[in-house]
Amino acid sequence: MIFAGKAHKVGDHIDTDAIIPARFLVTSDPFELGRKCFEGLEQGWVNRVKKGDILIGGKNFGCGSSREHAPLAILGAGIPVVIAHSFARIFYRNGFNMGLVLLEIGDYIDKIRDQDQLEVSPGTGEIRNLSTGQIINSLPVPEFMAEILAMGGLVNYVREKVS
Amino acid sequence: MAQTLAQKILQKHSLDEVGRAGQIVRCKTSMVLANDITAPLAVDSFRRMGAAKVFDREKVALVCDHFTPNKDIDSAEQVKKVREFAREMKIVHYYEGGSAGVEHALLPELGLVGPADVVVGADSHTCTYGGLGAFATGMGSTDIAAAMALGETWFKVPETIRVNMMGRLDKHTVSKDLILHIIGLIGVDGALYRALEFTGEVVDAMDVEARMTMANMAIEAGGKAGLFPADEMTVDYCRKAGFPDPGKVYPDDGATYFRQLSIDVTGMGPQIACPHLPDNVKPVDELDRVKVDQVVLGSCTNGRISDLRQAAEIIKGRKVSSNVRFIVLPATPRIYEQALEEGLLGIFIRAGAIVGPPTCGPCLGGHMGILASGERCLATTNRNFRGRMGSLESEVYLGSPLVAAATAVAGEIIHPAKV
Repeated sequence: MIFAGKAHKVGDHIDTDAIIPARFLVTSDPFELGRKCFEGLEQGWVNRVKKGDILIGGKNFGCGSSREHAPLAILGAGIPVVIAHSFARIFYRNGFNMGLVLLEIGDYIDKIRDQDQLEVSPGTGEIRNLSTGQIINSLPVPEFMAEILAMGGLVNYVREKVS
Repeated sequence: MAQTLAQKILQKHSLDEVGRAGQIVRCKTSMVLANDITAPLAVDSFRRMGAAKVFDREKVALVCDHFTPNKDIDSAEQVKKVREFAREMKIVHYYEGGSAGVEHALLPELGLVGPADVVVGADSHTCTYGGLGAFATGMGSTDIAAAMALGETWFKVPETIRVNMMGRLDKHTVSKDLILHIIGLIGVDGALYRALEFTGEVVDAMDVEARMTMANMAIEAGGKAGLFPADEMTVDYCRKAGFPDPGKVYPDDGATYFRQLSIDVTGMGPQIACPHLPDNVKPVDELDRVKVDQVVLGSCTNGRISDLRQAAEIIKGRKVSSNVRFIVLPATPRIYEQALEEGLLGIFIRAGAIVGPPTCGPCLGGHMGILASGERCLATTNRNFRGRMGSLESEVYLGSPLVAAATAVAGEIIHPAKV
């Protein structure tokens, strides 16, 4: 599977209150949450993204609370992939569990500009920047997480164990 | 192999041999926690997993504390969903209404968590129980649903940063100031993927509530856990709370650390985290007459009885500035009752404070103290992200209960010795 979309850059230390402020945590519906995605960064931020666009975070993306509503809001906004310098650890686990593709690339994050057109292959971790012609390889997904992914995610993993 | 506190506790509960940092281990969970915001999502995931019952109905705690007393219809619906799940699963530790308090103050008080436990919670401040010598960490709702179903979870064994604290704290400097100082030193991602381990003579002399304040904010440095050794004081505290057979836990001599920090606390003074990140920390005396509209005393960081006592001592016989709303939220019903009996609530009310019920409320911008644009708050809470407590154009400063009380009186952020 290859994801193609336009890059939308946000800064370092983007916290979960920026992704989805607590006042919107009165629902678990990804579509409802998606409409308020990044409302804590800028009002109406979500209007700038099209379905399939790719989010580019800086250092420590998703720091703060454990709210799973954060990856759900990003998915609900139509964003299937987040590429970041690094991720906060709770967000990283949540993203995987929700089926949001997360790629960590360290300092190579500077090679992606806002509005660049990207192609991402999560299987190989390859990111093609069509606007600059550069290819970036992301850090490998930890082995155990890859196994859970291969089983269809944590829900399926548990389903198999309890049945 | 000599083990850090994290390795030692994980080993006690692990199905695998716990080795070096970076290894993935599966562990049994001692307690699994969720609240009124995160439990509804966990319930959905639990159903999708096809689980029929929780692994142990005495080892799951559901605490409705964030938007409660329910602030609107949607939050009432969420609590209803959690309540129905708790009844269906016959969960023993379900807390709502008059039995509910801020989860990370409530569970230690009820003796539900203690030394050498592995605790996972769908709340990032689950790391608070590190103050009791537990390996405790926050996760998302689906990870928590898995733990509720299986009674186990997986961890990457974290590297550990050891923080050794020496010297003497002056009477206006408390554990909140220490943890703010440390976060300022290492940054909001300074402990990313890692555990913090606190030791030294300052820790040995520190009461258990003060330790929980520090462990609570390990996540604000990106930490997976903030761990204190469990010593005689911890054992006493947990035994009184009713935790069964608490034991001491210490790291091994010669354990491998990623980094070791030594901090002399003598002369440190009160510290303030300025907007909009918890690592933007300055000594209070470096702030230049920062006026505030609101002061909040409470939360899982600083809403315990010792915090209320410290604040009351400062504000006793004084008046809250006419330009300030001073909101005091005792973190649990028992703390509320104790503060009432000790006359602390009377001191706050006579000074002109608002005393509210136990709730997380304003800390996360939920309710009971939301900020308008241009407004500024000094809070004893744990996060000062932009918009955290209300408008995107508001500001939150973080400080200790003593600074909070002094600030409420002065109307500007001030050293407690100056009121």
